[in-house]
Amino acid sequence: MSTERGKRSNGVRDAPVVIEAREVEKAFRIPVHRIDSFKERVVHPFAQPDYRTLEALKKVSFDVHRGEFFGIVGRNGSGKSTLLKILASIYRADAGSIRMAGRPAPFIELGVGFNVELSARENVTLNGVMMGLSQREARGRLDSVLDFAELEEFVDLKLKNYSSGMLVRLAFSVMIQAEADILLIDEVLAVGDAAFKQKCRDVFREMRDSDRTVVLVTHDMNAVQSFCHRAMLLDNGELRQIGDPEETGRQYLRMNFAKRRISIGEDKEIALVPDILARLSEAWLEDARGERIDNVEVGEPIRLRARIEARDDLESPTFRINFTNADGVQVFGLDHEMAGEILESGQQASVSATVENQLMPGRYTVVCWVAVTRNEEETAHQTLKLLEFVVFGVEGGPGLVKVPGDVGVEIEKSPAPEGTR
Amino acid sequence: MSGEAGLELHDVRGPSALGGGWRRFTELLLLLSVTEFKRTYFGTVLGYFWSLLRPLLLFAVLLFVFTKIFRLGSGVPHYPVLLLFNVVLFGFFSESTQAAVQSVVSQESVVRKTQFPRMVIPLSVVLTAFFNLGMNLIVVLVFILAFGVSPTWTWLLFPLIVATLFVYATAVSLLLSSLYVRFRDTAIIWTVMATALFYATPVLYPIERVPSTYLDLILLNPLTPLFIQARHWVIDPSAPTAVSASGGWTHLLAPIALFAVICALGGWYFNHEAPRIAEEL
Repeated sequence: MSTERGKRSNGVRDAPVVIEAREVEKAFRIPVHRIDSFKERVVHPFAQPDYRTLEALKKVSFDVHRGEFFGIVGRNGSGKSTLLKILASIYRADAGSIRMAGRPAPFIELGVGFNVELSARENVTLNGVMMGLSQREARGRLDSVLDFAELEEFVDLKLKNYSSGMLVRLAFSVMIQAEADILLIDEVLAVGDAAFKQKCRDVFREMRDSDRTVVLVTHDMNAVQSFCHRAMLLDNGELRQIGDPEETGRQYLRMNFAKRRISIGEDKEIALVPDILARLSEAWLEDARGERIDNVEVGEPIRLRARIEARDDLESPTFRINFTNADGVQVFGLDHEMAGEILESGQQASVSATVENQLMPGRYTVVCWVAVTRNEEETAHQTLKLLEFVVFGVEGGPGLVKVPGDVGVEIEKSPAPEGTR
Repeated sequence: MSGEAGLELHDVRGPSALGGGWRRFTELLLLLSVTEFKRTYFGTVLGYFWSLLRPLLLFAVLLFVFTKIFRLGSGVPHYPVLLLFNVVLFGFFSESTQAAVQSVVSQESVVRKTQFPRMVIPLSVVLTAFFNLGMNLIVVLVFILAFGVSPTWTWLLFPLIVATLFVYATAVSLLLSSLYVRFRDTAIIWTVMATALFYATPVLYPIERVPSTYLDLILLNPLTPLFIQARHWVIDPSAPTAVSASGGWTHLLAPIALFAVICALGGWYFNHEAPRIAEEL
């Protein structure tokens, strides 16, 4: 699915600017005591409402180039959603200028304007027109929307009769089929189940490699690292960092994560600090002959291979491969510590794990946890998602794993002593 | 920047009442109001009958009260048809404005999450009510003919009345829906005011029964001349025109001025508030 075109960020930077923001400012007046009826106006005719001013954005300037996947990160209240809403013409900036080439389509929430009393057909048209298409264009894309959502059979069903899963699929499909020049997306990945999130990731990866311009507001640093060509960090309405997504992610993590302390042994504690340490180049499963496979049969050994690129100088890094089942339960993990070795930034590490397969049939997710001890008190870590696979076969049974062993039960020959009754 | 089409940078000015160009505005407006209209009429089997039921029931009650108890209608030619006609016309005004009051706030999710020309929302409510009026007028026409009112050429002028009424309802709706964003008791106040207006407009009574002391007061209401003129043109050519009922052109200046002020105020205030509606919600 992902192509080699993903690495063309230099090409993107030469592309023309499609969003140009200069010294954008926005302040909200938050009423301490709100006068929201004529009655209060009449009772207190001269009362001046008290306002607290919240400066959501302070002189923010940036450019986005055509074809770029641009991330905006920051913690809650940093102004990132406000900025997106200004770009989308939902809010008006107090000062500064924004210029844009082409038509933006905002996705602040999935399924905005859906009317549950109407059928999918009517809603897709309605939503399309709201997003800026003409009625004919909106009707024209009905088929592709339903096709992607896999809901062709339910085109005339009213949305109130849809399941919530169907609704999310339809809404997401409407979003990615929007034929807008610039997509403005806010935290869509935060909703939905695991399968849906996977679909989102696939779509984002495609968007990154296509000519579409995407502005994504998120606080998922993995998304920033894997999709964005560039990213910017907002803190309290101020632009802190713009450029390399990994550097932006690193600063975000350093700024926002309170150090989590865990105790190791007696009287010793270390802090676990999330950081950007590495990037997944590729990951796959192999069979005994070295051919790549997608899924593994029950009982067949799991041969996992991955190439991971260091994005920082890693001294004596620890790699842990974790297997998680579809319910999110961590089934087991395997560690490898490269004691005394240094993995320099930019170097590739080849990871291979061969595991005796005692997993029950089902879907599993494999992640690689990378950790580096910074000093006696601090350990930096990052979790990279490697792949998902299915263990297939007929063998089912209780529990998560099949452990070799025997159980014997037999009837005792001698009668039980009287006294035990 | 670049020679390619569609790549020239243009200013992003933020939300507005009409933003996004006329084509987008009309598309959205038509789509929203037609969808809503279809929903009431074709969504349920009884859709059309239900929407007719309200004016017809009101008409039946009023007819009974004012012909059997108060005998207001005696001596007024075609009083029952006139009553129905007026009830339907006023029904359009009160339904559209009352539905419009909360429209912008109730479409909160759309207003806060999409780039959307704000004015579409109250306008689509008025337009839906306008479609309803069209359907109701068909029934009124049947009654008019059944009660023996003979068609005249002045019927052709009736669309002028409807158009003016539409403009007025729109202006009032714009004003109310943007006021409601700030003042949540607008809805309560307007319910009472709409009832008051019902009696301050010659709906139940013919204008010639109004004592001359109060005539100028009733005439302040911009709806009054419209209803007088509609009666003259459609129901009863012998009834006074707006000019003759008010006692000359000069007496009509007040309602015309008020009409103009309300239209200007509605448009201006909505336009003024539109960029900030999403933040006030």
